[in-house]
Amino acid sequence: MKTLSSPFIWIILVVVGGASLLPVLTNSVSLREDMFLMLMLVILASSINIIMGYTGYVSFGHIVFFGLGGYLAFFLMKEFQVHFVLAALVGGVGASLIAFLMGIPVLRLRGAYFALATIGINEAFRAFFTNFDLFGGSVGMFFNFAVYDAYGGAKSAGQFAYYAMVVLALATIATSFIIKKSKFGLGLMAIREDQDASMVLGINPVRLKVLTYTISAFFPAVAGALFFFKNGLIEPAPAFELHRSIEALVMVMLGGFGTVTGPIVGAVVYERLRGFLITNPTLSSAHLVIAGVMLLLIVLFVTAGVIGWVRQRVPALRRYLE
Amino acid sequence: MNIEALIASSIDGLMLGFVFGLMAMGLTLIFGVMKVINLGHGPFIVMGMFAILVMSQLGINPYLGLAIIVLLGLLTGIVVYFVAVHRVINAPELTTLLATFSVNMILIGALTIIFSTSPRGLDLELPSFRAGTITVLGTRLVAVLVAIAVTIALYTFLYRTRTGKSIRAVANNRGAAELMGINSTWILALSFGIGTLLAMISGGLLATLFSFTVLSGGGLEVKSFVIVVLGGLGNPTGALFGGIIIGLLESITTIFIPVSWVPVFEFVVFVLILLFRPTGLFGAR
Amino acid sequence: MSTGNSVILTTENVSKRFGGLLALDQVTLSVKEGEIFGIIGPNGAGKTTLFNVINGVYPPTEGRVKFRGEDVTHLQPFDMSKRGLARTFQVVRPLMELTVRENVTVGACFGREHLPLEKAEKVADEVIDFVGLTARTEMLASKLNIAQKKRLEMARALAARPILLLLDEVLAGLNPQEVADMLTVVRKIRDQGITILMIEHLMHAVMNLSDRVFVLDYGAQIAEGTPQEVSNHPKVIEAYLGDPKVAQRFLEGTA
Repeated sequence: MKTLSSPFIWIILVVVGGASLLPVLTNSVSLREDMFLMLMLVILASSINIIMGYTGYVSFGHIVFFGLGGYLAFFLMKEFQVHFVLAALVGGVGASLIAFLMGIPVLRLRGAYFALATIGINEAFRAFFTNFDLFGGSVGMFFNFAVYDAYGGAKSAGQFAYYAMVVLALATIATSFIIKKSKFGLGLMAIREDQDASMVLGINPVRLKVLTYTISAFFPAVAGALFFFKNGLIEPAPAFELHRSIEALVMVMLGGFGTVTGPIVGAVVYERLRGFLITNPTLSSAHLVIAGVMLLLIVLFVTAGVIGWVRQRVPALRRYLE
Repeated sequence: MNIEALIASSIDGLMLGFVFGLMAMGLTLIFGVMKVINLGHGPFIVMGMFAILVMSQLGINPYLGLAIIVLLGLLTGIVVYFVAVHRVINAPELTTLLATFSVNMILIGALTIIFSTSPRGLDLELPSFRAGTITVLGTRLVAVLVAIAVTIALYTFLYRTRTGKSIRAVANNRGAAELMGINSTWILALSFGIGTLLAMISGGLLATLFSFTVLSGGGLEVKSFVIVVLGGLGNPTGALFGGIIIGLLESITTIFIPVSWVPVFEFVVFVLILLFRPTGLFGAR
Repeated sequence: MSTGNSVILTTENVSKRFGGLLALDQVTLSVKEGEIFGIIGPNGAGKTTLFNVINGVYPPTEGRVKFRGEDVTHLQPFDMSKRGLARTFQVVRPLMELTVRENVTVGACFGREHLPLEKAEKVADEVIDFVGLTARTEMLASKLNIAQKKRLEMARALAARPILLLLDEVLAGLNPQEVADMLTVVRKIRDQGITILMIEHLMHAVMNLSDRVFVLDYGAQIAEGTPQEVSNHPKVIEAYLGDPKVAQRFLEGTA
């Protein structure tokens, strides 16, 4: 496939993969924890970019798949002692299936209506899981620590979860790239630019949008499964925390939507900044204000985000900096 | 089934519904005039709540304080409009969504710094009224009356004054309105200000009814979305009726199903309306 | 001057109602393979509406559309594209944030031949050359001027390798030199065997170019025939100029 012969994607994968190996090499647990979270955000941002950056559909409630994948996998691991990798994959597929079924009616909506609907869907699921006793209701579910014995104890389970997250992050980035460079991705961007014109050009928008939405649901779902597996505890509120997907949107806008590197850059910058602000004694309570101001400035003045801006200013790089 | 309980709940729900309707009216007005979904809506409500709190701590009667809130809301809205919205008013929806969301973040952050996230309440003692065996809380009654008064004032403004008519003209067709000499920029700013002050007033009223925190805005904002969609985006009357419906729904359904299932029901209805009747029950404007 | 005899497109008694407005009234026409078929008429006559019905943007309220013998009345635009129908818009609709090459590649990817990406890019390059936009291949569509955007629109439609091309006022907004260039392109397209259905306002252009002309007024057909026949038709003159006798007097200079 011509796509894979482009050196660019390999550079990105190597950089991300290399950075992810640092905690292993330095044997630093705190660094590993940091990277775990960072990779999760990269996955969330990249998957939002797949639906939003390429098709222009703003999925405000995208975090719902994180929760759905998390709950489904957790349930399988707790009740049926399913291996965490398998449970995570099932969680991913399950969430994708739900995305597929929901996507067919919901993606007919445009713009703000779609954004609102995704919020409604997230809130509906959150309220549902808060009440659904089979999945623990408002208390949620937690692991008996014996569950970790199958992996050699809680510590090594944490390590395995980390490796899995790295693989997932690389897979998400690769998928994002493959879509962008493919005929499928070109069709998506045509839909984003002008859906009616794209129909006349021969594109079936419903089919492409639903497929994209389905794909974009898989990665956060698996990430959710891994996150809650490591956590040992899952509750409705953090599983369906609306704020998280909105933050992911900010990351995509910051880094540059519609690009592969944009979400990565955005996630890293945003998270580093947030971490810095929160731990800084004078600025910690202001972190929300500062983040808000940052977002406002980007939205008003640099809509294309960091990567987008670079691509515009340096046209020669446009072909290489995806 | 206890008929008395049903009636009591219905009246309570109806009254709350009026306040919810007022809350949603601001959101729908802004959308109707400039096609912008104001994600800063929640924080404005919260600002109203805290404004009332501050004023009562300063010894000002909360209900008189509402008049001050009108001014505060108007000014805040106009400022927010020029800072965050004006530049991107013609941009695609995502841009305005994120711009108003950034305002949301900034306001909540600022309010948290000033007030922290601990719960607050007003100590408000008003007489209750009794009709037969049904008790109506004084605070609720006053809240409803204020909500109705504000609604009437709003409609008088929109339909009987020149500025109000200009607003409706701009909402209908901005280009044509400009050609007729209306300064659309100021009208848009004014509309945003009105939307903001409506949110703030409702916040002030809600503060007299319930305890609240800086974070109360989130849930109320989502509830406002539901009401606005129910009533038809851009339709203030629809928002009022939508609020009443939601108020009634919440009160009455708690008799039949456990309280915690009510949100599920609400959001499912919300999504279904978006899918099958996006213009709402009363038609979008 | 038509090179083939077979009929490639017919509309049969097509009517289109929008609420109370009758935009198309029993329109019946047939287009022969290889010809250039012009559609003219005053503003608001329903010409673009007719294109929209043929293209599948919306179905007619009554009547049928047949393309190459198949009833396509209720098909969607992307189905029509698969069958070899391509179309340009009166107000051009370039995909702004994509380059010229990407724009045209979309046409090649999703048109009649449904090419894979690499082949589509090659076709795109050829077509870009054909319309004369090679110098701007890597430029963003939003940066082109109106004449270039029109050529992009044309290239995108051609990249789909259509059998029938619907052109909606391709000459609008162009200066005389640009018009002449565009006419040459249109002729070259026909020489490649593509049938062309064109809406046009520029009288001398459409009369010079078309093999046959169809005239719409208030959604209904008022004349059909060769350019010569149509331009002398009293109803056509009346539709454009009002009373034909007055028009005559204007021409004679005695008014």
